[in-house]
Amino acid sequence: MVYDLEFEKPLAELEKRIASLQRKGERLRPEEHVQLQEYERELRRRTEEIYRSLTAWQTVQVARHKDRPYTADFIHLMCEEFFELHGDRRVGDDHAIIGGPALFNGETVMIIGHEKGRGMREKMYHNNGMPHPEGYHKAIRLMEQAEKFGYPVICLVDTQGAFPGLEDEERGQGSAIAASLYAMARLRVPIIAAVIGEGGSGGALAISVADRLLMLEYSIYTVAAPEAAASIIWRDKVYAPQAAEAMRISARELYALGLIDELVPEPLGGAHHNHRLAAENLKTALIHHLQELRQIPVDRLVQMRYEKYRAVGPFGFAS
Amino acid sequence: MAKEAAGSSGGPQPEQRSGPGVAPDNLMVKCPKCKEILYSRDWEKNLKVCSRCNYHFRLTAHERVNLLLDPGSFVELDAAMVSVDPLNFVSRSQSYAEKLQEERAKVGLNEGAIRGYGTIEGLPLSLAVMDFRFIGGSMGSVVGEKVTRAIELGLERRWPVLVVSTSGGARMQEGFYSLLQMAKTVAALARLSEAHIPYFSLITDPTTGGVTASFAMLGDVILAEPGALIAFAGPRVIEQFMHVKLPEGTVNSEFVLQHGMIDAVVHRRELRATLARLLRLYKVPEAARAQQPASATAQSQVEVATLLPRQSSQSRAEVGGGQDGLRS
Ligand SMILES: [Zn+2]
Repeated sequence: MVYDLEFEKPLAELEKRIASLQRKGERLRPEEHVQLQEYERELRRRTEEIYRSLTAWQTVQVARHKDRPYTADFIHLMCEEFFELHGDRRVGDDHAIIGGPALFNGETVMIIGHEKGRGMREKMYHNNGMPHPEGYHKAIRLMEQAEKFGYPVICLVDTQGAFPGLEDEERGQGSAIAASLYAMARLRVPIIAAVIGEGGSGGALAISVADRLLMLEYSIYTVAAPEAAASIIWRDKVYAPQAAEAMRISARELYALGLIDELVPEPLGGAHHNHRLAAENLKTALIHHLQELRQIPVDRLVQMRYEKYRAVGPFGFAS
Repeated sequence: MAKEAAGSSGGPQPEQRSGPGVAPDNLMVKCPKCKEILYSRDWEKNLKVCSRCNYHFRLTAHERVNLLLDPGSFVELDAAMVSVDPLNFVSRSQSYAEKLQEERAKVGLNEGAIRGYGTIEGLPLSLAVMDFRFIGGSMGSVVGEKVTRAIELGLERRWPVLVVSTSGGARMQEGFYSLLQMAKTVAALARLSEAHIPYFSLITDPTTGGVTASFAMLGDVILAEPGALIAFAGPRVIEQFMHVKLPEGTVNSEFVLQHGMIDAVVHRRELRATLARLLRLYKVPEAARAQQPASATAQSQVEVATLLPRQSSQSRAEVGGGQDGLRS
């Protein structure tokens, strides 16, 4: 385990002490052995305590942790089989979104997700999980294919946002996202979206219009990155932590507001401490929701999806 | 939403300069683009377009309605609809509730969009029009709701729908609720589409972020005024992210037209006539036909039957296999 975030300093300290005792191995004296167990209990207790009440900004840091499991990790850990499909059949293949048919709990589903990539080379290859328009066109292609064969769609969401480049404007980033929202609004198969890390704005929403929206416990979903929001509202991104707090972007807050359907528990200290357990938890939740959704006739399903989005957004009337 | 992404954002505030181009005395205005001093009266007669460089000044929502609709035909609906503060948004200085109050007083509108119905050259339509002055034309729940209701009225009355966009992106102070307005409006558009009712999108300066990535770019016909900034990420976001300097006007109406994202760039003077032409061309099919496929088929077969004898056998063949081809 590595506790490397700012607010985890006390945990890192304990971890260091534990490691130095463990290094002694056989030579550990009896009282040192007791001390080691004491430290381990303490680490567990402090970790639980800190993670029980993470601030919004701390949650942002966990959601962006470099060792967090990404889409490819989840696919690998949750599915018996996966065949990656490439290309939007128009311009190219965007590696920021990966997807294809997968055997999930014995059934074929279509999995689509943002992939950030780990390490320099992969990050460049996947453009850090920030899609170009081709990525959304590929996602639409895969969703329509899923509809044709009656496969449920599972989307794993993890992006800072759609890529804001000039070439993206040339190739219609806005149109591509709008087209994806449109396709998902009327797709005639069950759709489940799960935010596994960062749900960054329109670039995330574009693959998360769904019958069920799940979020991992320490993931976030934002209308704009907290840094961006801070510079818009208060003209300075040093206020990002305040913006994160005010916009209520953590999974827990969104769950409390009734905007998401399930909070998927993460392993102690965050998903990056135990990819396998994180994937098991997500898989359990996905299976549960898939089973429920499969019971619903498709006309009813699409109708319910419409009603769910139609109802979002409170307003009042001036007297 | 402004976009996004990353680091920063093209959100509303940076756009709000002090009342674009209006000089202190009301007799003259200065064109922000070519700096020409224009007589207010001429300028207004010219629909607030610079007579020298063709710069289209921004219009308020009501000015837009007056420009486009038949005089006196507009009936506004939901004018009293206001934003609530769903997140109880904690602000460093002014609260969101105070901000809303201030904007209402300043702009004279309850929110950043108006909606209702009216006619253009006698043809009815349902419409929603955004107003950039209200918190940078940002889309919160009320803007999303008004656009959605405009679409729903079109569905109910079987009228074409027009949305006039101008927006700096999503309303930060309503967080995830704002983002979800993109999905809400688009879901309503999908229904409109399934009912075979046309939707026209008119994009005006500036339109960026979540509005660009939802209803603005989904028109059956998409029009834009000349020189309007139209982008998903605003130019400042692109510059910051790509570490480049974009020449003025890189991402505008002409740019998106050239790249195939919209159908036409239309001078303000021509907008009303253009919309009237579209309303005449895109006639809404009768409900019975669109909604009841069975009887519609029967009816169209009758039409085909009466039509066919008048066509030459050659032209029938060209249509693809004669009668059978038409029927299938
Ligand atoms: Zn000028």
